[in-house]
Amino acid sequence: IEHSVEPRVEQVKLLDRFSTSNKSLTGTLYLTATHLLFIDSSQRETWILHHHIAAVEKLPLTTSGCPLVIQCKNFRTVHFVVPRERDCHDIYNSLLQLSRTAKYEELYAFSYNPKQNESEQVKGWQLIDLAEEYKRMGVPNDYWQLSDANRDYKICETYPRELYVPRTASKPIIVGSSKFRSKGRFPVLSYYHKNKEAAICRCSQPLSGFSARCLEDEHMLQAISKANPSNRYMYVMDTRPKLNAMANRAAGKGYENEDNYSNIRFQFVGIENIHVMRSSLQKLLEVSGTRGLSVNDFLSGLENSGWLRHIKAVLDAAVFLAKAIAVESASVLVHCSDGWDRTSQVCSLGALLLDSYYRTIKGFMVLIEKDWISFGHKFSDRCCQLDGDPKEISPVFTQFLESVWNLTEQFPQAFEYNEAFLLQIHEHVHSCQFGNFLGNCQKEREELKLKEKTYSLWPFLLAEQKKYQNPLYNPDFSPELTLLEPNTVSFNFKFWRNMYHQFDRSMHPRQSVLNLIMNTSEQNKQLEEDIKELEAVSITKHVCALVTCSSDYSCYSAANFHLNGSNTADNRYSELASEFSKAEPAVVSLEYGVARMTC
Amino acid sequence: MEFAELIKTPRADNVVLHRPFHPAVEGTLCLTGHHLIFSSRRHDNAEELWLLHSNIDSIEKRFVGSLGSIVIKCKDLRIIQLDIPGMEECLNIASSIEALSTLDSVTLMYPFFYRPMFEVLEDGWSSFLLEQEFEHLSSVTNEWRLSCVNKEFSVCPSYPPVVIVPKSIDDEALRRVALFRYGGRFPVLSYYHKKNGMAMLRSSQPLTGTNGRRCKEDEKLINSTLRSGRRGFVIDTRPLNVAQQARAKGGGFEQEVHYPQWRRIHKYIERFHILQESFIKLVEACNDQSHNMDRWLSKLEASNWLTHIKELLTAACLAAQCIDREGASVLVHGSEGTDSTLQVTSLAQIILDPRCRTIRGFEALVVREWLQAGHPFQQRCAQSAYSNSKQKWEAPVFLLFLECVWQIHRQFPCSFEFNEHFLILLFEHAYASQFGTFLGNNESERAKLKLPQKTMSLWSWVNRPEELSRFQNPLYEANSLVIWPSVAPQSLQLWEGIFLRWNRPSRFLEEAEEERINIIKYNKELQAKVNVLRRQLAEMETDGEVQEEEP
Repeated sequence: IEHSVEPRVEQVKLLDRFSTSNKSLTGTLYLTATHLLFIDSSQRETWILHHHIAAVEKLPLTTSGCPLVIQCKNFRTVHFVVPRERDCHDIYNSLLQLSRTAKYEELYAFSYNPKQNESEQVKGWQLIDLAEEYKRMGVPNDYWQLSDANRDYKICETYPRELYVPRTASKPIIVGSSKFRSKGRFPVLSYYHKNKEAAICRCSQPLSGFSARCLEDEHMLQAISKANPSNRYMYVMDTRPKLNAMANRAAGKGYENEDNYSNIRFQFVGIENIHVMRSSLQKLLEVSGTRGLSVNDFLSGLENSGWLRHIKAVLDAAVFLAKAIAVESASVLVHCSDGWDRTSQVCSLGALLLDSYYRTIKGFMVLIEKDWISFGHKFSDRCCQLDGDPKEISPVFTQFLESVWNLTEQFPQAFEYNEAFLLQIHEHVHSCQFGNFLGNCQKEREELKLKEKTYSLWPFLLAEQKKYQNPLYNPDFSPELTLLEPNTVSFNFKFWRNMYHQFDRSMHPRQSVLNLIMNTSEQNKQLEEDIKELEAVSITKHVCALVTCSSDYSCYSAANFHLNGSNTADNRYSELASEFSKAEPAVVSLEYGVARMTC
Repeated sequence: MEFAELIKTPRADNVVLHRPFHPAVEGTLCLTGHHLIFSSRRHDNAEELWLLHSNIDSIEKRFVGSLGSIVIKCKDLRIIQLDIPGMEECLNIASSIEALSTLDSVTLMYPFFYRPMFEVLEDGWSSFLLEQEFEHLSSVTNEWRLSCVNKEFSVCPSYPPVVIVPKSIDDEALRRVALFRYGGRFPVLSYYHKKNGMAMLRSSQPLTGTNGRRCKEDEKLINSTLRSGRRGFVIDTRPLNVAQQARAKGGGFEQEVHYPQWRRIHKYIERFHILQESFIKLVEACNDQSHNMDRWLSKLEASNWLTHIKELLTAACLAAQCIDREGASVLVHGSEGTDSTLQVTSLAQIILDPRCRTIRGFEALVVREWLQAGHPFQQRCAQSAYSNSKQKWEAPVFLLFLECVWQIHRQFPCSFEFNEHFLILLFEHAYASQFGTFLGNNESERAKLKLPQKTMSLWSWVNRPEELSRFQNPLYEANSLVIWPSVAPQSLQLWEGIFLRWNRPSRFLEEAEEERINIIKYNKELQAKVNVLRRQLAEMETDGEVQEEEP
């Protein structure tokens, strides 16, 4: 532990950040290679992963000691008071160093060892297979094929190797189109809708400037619209505000000119850029972190932050996209500037509205692997995994999760997963504990040999999927490939308290309906099993009784069962029931995300 | 008066009914003395709408050519539109509805005409007598007595005939205290905290006036609730300056010199027209689907509704805290003691007393702390959020209370025996009802109107097992603890069940709620089955043992 100057400080106070009475817990602070650990006097542990630390601040000395405020990427804020200023200074410096990583190889994922053997590790990485996913969608087919153009990342470094394009798009068209698109991100298939034979395609902005054209690019778009036999026109959705797109023309970039492309319907949808989103979240957190906040300050702060406006804009765009496909059977090409932020949001949410598979636990993992990880959403830069440019940080993926959460609120039975699943994914996008989200694109991930050196998150989530199952889920909620149509009137969008105040327990409901229903639903399964067993035993018993043979040892199995489960002293169910009733703090366990991993 | 005189056109055909999120239906419209009835003439499950005239808050007429439309805005916040062919018919119907929905005389209201179609198992008018409450109290303490000093409503017209007061204070003293309190509302027991024997009293403001009048009996009365050497708290729901100004009009507050054992806390709660305006603004904001996010949030903020909720919850928590945490008795009052006072005392009981979180206990609370305590329902609930008239007595005081209960319910979803629908039901019936329960402004008026004899009580209907089952919370597990709600803005929510009820499709949410109930029900079935099987097995076991003993 090279950074830890003083790995242990006693008599540290942990303040409740919203308590007006300055409530605090006293305990000991430990600094490990990966975590900051606080153990209070009643032996409760608070673990904070160094990678989760977004900012450390030392406040002016007070009579009770030196305050240290730590803000985390999972929106936890902890406020310590360290008795001696020197200790505080040491911790501060250590945390500053520990929370800033210069090289990928120093990230937690490279040292995290969940005690799996090599074949389990390999199997874990094979759990999500995108080739399989494209097959599920129905490609390749008569119109779409796998292209080997980017097999060696020669055409586009930030795309995956395997890309699906229209059969009529020849290699020269692909190459030509990619040269006319920002970062070489030419139009490729993101989602194929079997029933409507329509496609969601994605790319980056064209390098059109004020008047430049590219015949290959025009052919590319034509190929996409021709790959849809049911509709001859296609939509091109520029997810940026019109003004931003126009400004880009001055830099030789821009947007499609409808006159140059046949049969396209061009549409701006006005989602703001990463910088606006970053400062919006900053404002939101400033408001929600205020002590003794009044209702009106909260509401006006919420309004001024613009956060819910942005969430609504993202979801509105996704609804537009999904309707174009489901209602008009039209294919849609989506882009923003580079095609890895807003484009990922809109494509993945659009697919989620169109295809119920993505509303299952496994399907959601696939969706993230496809539209976010493989298509090069820059997780490393956006989540600040390495010490880098703070202007690259942006909560684009958080917004995606929040949009999904809003959908789960409107359609409580349409999703196999619950809120805890979304929160846990958010947790690990920032934890750098698993390899999935490291780096900015697939090429980089291959170079880092992540599949050999780190573990995939998904098998771990699947292993504990009971925690993430929505007990109300109804697989027949919507027939396959029918559109989920959310209501996007403003009042439907709510502040996501469990995300932004996940760790501020005093703000949560004291009894969680979700947990209670989850437990009950789980208990129902157990009871069903018990009934089967009891019935089986009862039949055996019955036979025994008829035979009335005192030396019949088959009765013993029943007797054993009797001892194990059914004697009157066994009050498993009533115990569970009493657990519900004393619900006060017992049922409050919304603290899904505590990084309780080995260290 | 004959209703027929008011009904110029009793029936119209080819009327089209528009409701949000429902397809338009064509049918026949009929007007009766108390109802607007719409029936589609389709044979397959014909759609019917029965609307009480008293539920209509306002109506608007619109004409396009000879097709007239009437937009009806209801007190339960629903808005419907009827397209009526024929200008004259439409005008006639509109004016009839207008007349029938604004009847002056209480005795013409529907409860006086309503004949129940159900068997009355228990007369709700006598379900919640203060005598019973006192019996319950007597089992734990003998410091209180039941006083009939107000038998003829002569001491305080807005109090019930019997009240609970400290044992050491006789009726003569009460009469003198009544003269010292606004409207004769002398301090009475609102709640007794069994855990530590502390009491919550409520009253109206003392009439100290500018020259600092005092009343020894008043001081003695409230001091008698204190343990020796302990202090009590007066929670005044007005800000200090308002309380001070009240002296000029003969009112006032308890001054330290005369009440040295009491600490006064001013916890301001908004009143009357401010609340009504807030209500109107909030409903306006919720009804406009076209608001962009910024506009919606700023409208929500400008309505101030959630601020009122937060203030009210904070005041109730404060009162509860004084009693439970500080171990002190509390006296709550504002000016008249019929609005904010009752909000605070009843909410504090929801927080403190598990009994109030049961269905029957909550009904008893509404009867005791609202109806008997003289909250002027008829004035406050005469109009809802669509009223255009500027009458100053309307205010959603009771609705705010219900919403605060809902907010606490949201935070402790397993601690209430009733569900959200029960609260919504009370809101609806407070504004328009076939039952007499919420008619009149106090018990004296109800007695004069002979409501118990002439009308049916809401409780008679709602407490029948088949009705009650709709209002039960499947998650309920009795919780004997004090439940402290969070009042952080992040913990408060818009009550969608009231304010967005008619503004969005709710099918998916309702189905999800049903599924939740099914999971719980299924759990109970399974447990019962397991228990039966175990018992059977155990019986076989003993049978087997008996047999085994026979050599």
